[in-house]
Amino acid sequence: MTINVIKTLKRLAAAALFAPTLALAAGAVLHLDKAPVSKDPAALQAGAKTFVNYCMNCHSASFVRYNTLTQIGLTEQEIRDNLMFTGERVGDLMKISASPKEQKAWFGATPPDLTLIARQRASEFGSGADWLYTYLRQFYRDPNRPTGWNNKVFENVGMPHVLWELQGEQIAKVTEHDGAKSIELELAKPGKLSAQEYDKTVADLVSFLVWMGEPVAEKRKTIGVVVLIFLAGLFALSFALKKNYWKDIH
Amino acid sequence: MTTKSQQLLNWVDERFPLTSTWKAHLSEYYAPKNFNFWYFFGSLALLVLVIQILTGIFLVMHYKPDASLNASGIPVAFASVEYIMREVPGGWLIRYLHSTGASAFFIVVYLHMFRGLLYGSYRKPRELIWIFGTLIFLALMAEAFMGYLLPWGQMSFWGAQVIVNLFSAIPVIGPDLSVVIRGDFVVSDATLNRFFSFHVIAVPLVLIGLVVAHIVALHEVGSNNPDGVEIKKKKDANGIPLDGIPFHPYYTVKDIVGVVGFLIFFSAIVFFAPEGGGYFLEYNNFIPADPLKTPPHIAPVWYFTPFYSILRAVTYPLFGIDAKFWGVVAMGAAVVIIAFLPWLDRSPVKSIRYKGGLFKGILAVFIVSFFILGYLGVLPPTPGRTLVAQICSVIYFAFFLAMPWYSKIDKCQPEPDRVTFK
Repeated sequence: MTINVIKTLKRLAAAALFAPTLALAAGAVLHLDKAPVSKDPAALQAGAKTFVNYCMNCHSASFVRYNTLTQIGLTEQEIRDNLMFTGERVGDLMKISASPKEQKAWFGATPPDLTLIARQRASEFGSGADWLYTYLRQFYRDPNRPTGWNNKVFENVGMPHVLWELQGEQIAKVTEHDGAKSIELELAKPGKLSAQEYDKTVADLVSFLVWMGEPVAEKRKTIGVVVLIFLAGLFALSFALKKNYWKDIH
Repeated sequence: MTTKSQQLLNWVDERFPLTSTWKAHLSEYYAPKNFNFWYFFGSLALLVLVIQILTGIFLVMHYKPDASLNASGIPVAFASVEYIMREVPGGWLIRYLHSTGASAFFIVVYLHMFRGLLYGSYRKPRELIWIFGTLIFLALMAEAFMGYLLPWGQMSFWGAQVIVNLFSAIPVIGPDLSVVIRGDFVVSDATLNRFFSFHVIAVPLVLIGLVVAHIVALHEVGSNNPDGVEIKKKKDANGIPLDGIPFHPYYTVKDIVGVVGFLIFFSAIVFFAPEGGGYFLEYNNFIPADPLKTPPHIAPVWYFTPFYSILRAVTYPLFGIDAKFWGVVAMGAAVVIIAFLPWLDRSPVKSIRYKGGLFKGILAVFIVSFFILGYLGVLPPTPGRTLVAQICSVIYFAFFLAMPWYSKIDKCQPEPDRVTFK
């Protein structure tokens, strides 16, 4: 009788192991392009410039100080000359002049602070950088939207395509396939930049956003290596100590 | 020892039981010599408790439990956490140690509890140790739940909203009770402040008290071991257990190895993956709490998900009361039932080493379904997933409720007289 019960239990355990596959088969899937995130100071500086020129008209980065950008290889004078326009001091936070209330009145919603955007947008479909890299390259013309723009990753997005001068205008070719709508984007009107140049600009911007999400990230990893090497040595030492104390225990 | 320091020690000992306490709990506390890998997790749980208290003290110096919005439209509490991460020297490390420590606490405690299951550590005469342990687990869940609200991100806010709303399903007193818990009709500044108070004062006090009781009870009866035999039954002429060795220095030096080994894994996460793949720090929690924007999917942190799955698995109303209420009852029962293990296990032996295939098989199925419940708790529910969760919930409760039966008929091997030690 026990043997039969054990057999049944084995089957149950096997069935239970397959349950997750059953559980997974549901939900929408988001296809994201892999973002070529760079730690190169030149790329981060280019990203910072795009950020200040295009994003910071509406979005703040209110946890970051301008002089934090010295960590990506800029001097304070370079920051003042190239990235600051409205008479702030270099130790000030990267805020915008419009208040959240005013923005709410103008746009209907407050554009979110972008300090942590690269950490917020991570999901099971890819990193936050992947999401941003895909999102900023997939705006298309949509006359049904109040801004005239829509986005393939962020449907009915409230933000217009701020980088349209650079990328140009994409239009959507909608195809119906087994009742599922799929959108293909096509460049209808070229912008100032070629497709490759535009991708590079967005990649630099995304790299900057990733850096801004956690400026300490690189330092953290460097310290981590030292800590792990120290602990490995300590482990060997403590193991030898234990062996020595325990040699008489039989 | 020099006479001067001996004199000082004598002076203290005449006024305070210093030497006798040292002897009773360390140098003359005899522990079985055959502890294996699983016996590290008790001391590691204590280590994580210390890490949490120390890092917590420093976090409180800069954290502000304030839900009002700053000039940039960001809640002050959320902004203060980001301030710690960016502007407080070393703040990022303290914060990551604390946030990783929360998950590490549960990993270590789950493994510690599993050790108890493996070797029957809950059996007579250790029932009280086990009950204190269950209470520690409960207090730990309360501590973690309230601490998770403090960063005031979207998951903090909506997770608390969902869980506190569950209490409103209790008949008659439910709606008022949930208002008392929140201090408001929705999760708000009042909730944040009372959770902060509980998280940094009330629950830690209870937790420390229970940990002391847990250890005092353990040292009263002595530790179990992987063979599940009582070492106190065989003593030498001096009354010292033949298979016992003094905790200090033998287990202090051994536990140091465990501590350093643990710190290697812990540091690897803190320094290289502090988000824990979105499980230790949920991505949505980097978005400031917005009471007007419900996230499409609200998932509790991983350590709650097995119990959250059990809660969601209950979909039938009973006696005219909402299914939600019975879900809460099932979730509570799933934790409380652990405390009854000492009286549910009727096996003639304690340790899994001498138990039969029946118990081993059922334990394996139980562990697998516990993992599945945990996995499902992260995902949004679908009819298929709910069915799987229901099956696993039944297995979870059957493991406990059927134990008096299967532990009795299981074909066990005889226990040895003395512990086995290679």
